[in-house]
Amino acid sequence: MRAMRDYIKSLFLLELMKGFGVTGRYLFKKKFTVQYPEEKAPVSPRFRGLHAQRRYPNGEERCIACKLCEAVCPALAITIEAEPREDGSRRTTRYDIDLFKCIYCGYCQESCPVDAIVETRVYEYHFENREDSIMTKDNLLAIGDKYEAQIAADIAAQAKYR
Amino acid sequence: MPEIRNYTLNFGPQHPSAHGVLRLVLEMDGEVIERADPHIGLLHRATEKLAESKPYSQSIPYMDRLDYVSMMCNEHGYVRAVEKLLGVEAPIRAQYIRTMFDEITRILNHLMWLGTHALDIGAMTVFLYAFREREDLMDCYEAVSGARMHAAYYRVGGVYRDLPDQMPQYETNQFRSDADIARKNETRQGSLLDFIEEFIGRFPGLVDEYETLLTDNRIWKQRTVGIAVVSPERALDLGFTGPMLRGSGIAWDLRKKQSYAAYDKVDFEIPVGVNGDCYDRYLVRMEEMRQSVAIIKQCVHWLRENPGPVMIDDHKVAPPLRGDMKDGMESLIHHFKLFTEGFCPPVGEAYAAVEAPKGEFGCYVISDGSNKPYRLKIRAPGFPHLAAMDEMTRGHMLSDVTAVIGTMDVVFGEIDR
Repeated sequence: MRAMRDYIKSLFLLELMKGFGVTGRYLFKKKFTVQYPEEKAPVSPRFRGLHAQRRYPNGEERCIACKLCEAVCPALAITIEAEPREDGSRRTTRYDIDLFKCIYCGYCQESCPVDAIVETRVYEYHFENREDSIMTKDNLLAIGDKYEAQIAADIAAQAKYR
Repeated sequence: MPEIRNYTLNFGPQHPSAHGVLRLVLEMDGEVIERADPHIGLLHRATEKLAESKPYSQSIPYMDRLDYVSMMCNEHGYVRAVEKLLGVEAPIRAQYIRTMFDEITRILNHLMWLGTHALDIGAMTVFLYAFREREDLMDCYEAVSGARMHAAYYRVGGVYRDLPDQMPQYETNQFRSDADIARKNETRQGSLLDFIEEFIGRFPGLVDEYETLLTDNRIWKQRTVGIAVVSPERALDLGFTGPMLRGSGIAWDLRKKQSYAAYDKVDFEIPVGVNGDCYDRYLVRMEEMRQSVAIIKQCVHWLRENPGPVMIDDHKVAPPLRGDMKDGMESLIHHFKLFTEGFCPPVGEAYAAVEAPKGEFGCYVISDGSNKPYRLKIRAPGFPHLAAMDEMTRGHMLSDVTAVIGTMDVVFGEIDR
């Protein structure tokens, strides 16, 4: 009897038909696809994307050249040079992040005592030349200026967890 | 008539079913494998050596990149070894979070394995379905750590941040109706725990769907049943761990046998196979996904009820809270000390292993009392599995090699390290 049943099952391709049933049902379901450039997947406030340097509301740059990020960077992607400015405050004269070396671990943001270096939720960027991969201080500050509202909101949202 | 001689076939490293950069030199007799010789090292990044040149906590992001489909389990292995060395233990809430994310990682890994294994053997649909579910789990990863894959979330002494109370949501756009967006955001209204709970609610049904597509499928069975049979004795001799060992019928699971994190407080079963062939290993992994769902469910329940710290309150090991750091001098000093020098564990050595989705992932750390490990040895589960390539494929046909590579679940990040 069992052999008979197995034979019939096998003859009529029952298990394959069941499989087709699953795929057939999905044919008529709502599609899951996110149409990428037009619509985007949600990004969490913790997202670690492109780096940025922030300023205080009065326009003064936050970074005080303490070099914690340079020390903590596992990939040694950050290079900092610093000396006192004319007004006597200690500032960076050079702040480079090599984005080819960077592993986006977020340790720089974590270590920064003044919330100067942050990783934004920007994940769409490209370079046209190899040397563009090194983000200079000017680049980083420009990115920071552009996305400041978003960065500040994300940091505020995360403050209670850190 | 001249005698037909064996010939040598080069398989990979640029072969779509070589799972990365595996190169096999196959000695063939017609279409039958006489000898399989895996060549590795094309993805060698010297992780062990790199770890010797940086403070302990800075190696955590590199652990993600070993087995890049089971990221948090690797971190867990490393973090546990360092914790053992230091003699500290993460708070209970962190242990539960780690347990939960280890299991999420296991599902992530097994979905990836299922998709690619089936794709290698010729079933395309499962791959697409598996990746659809992976997307949800990646969202959990991103919500908690900020990265979809390389999380760097586990830290020595706990986890970096507590679970978020809100999930990110889809934004409105001109290409979708608001009703569509609202439907997509339906599961994202609550906290991360709600999102996970919703996922594990529907996931067993989806596993059933994969099983409908594969388990009884005659093509799938023809390609896996009786392929690469490993006897229990040989599996032990070859150093198999994880589903490869359990597929041969040995109920060995570090989560039960050498319990860690919160695994002794949750209820689950160890599935074992009978025949030790590719099909049994497939069934074991499918059942493991269901068991993972059970574990996650218990963890979600516990985590809801029990708020608390997720990091130890020892600022010689774990950095102080950000608010404290900005207000207090002592905290600021701790912060600077930890992010520059790190911590110095006492002289000694420690080995800690976790049950990663692929098997036993262990880290052996030797400390000479400085802030960097004197030596770090990583025991990757894929390596002994791949070493059995020759034994498992010998006498099989060429097309079975792809089935064997699939069933081993090789990932070159961890094998080459």
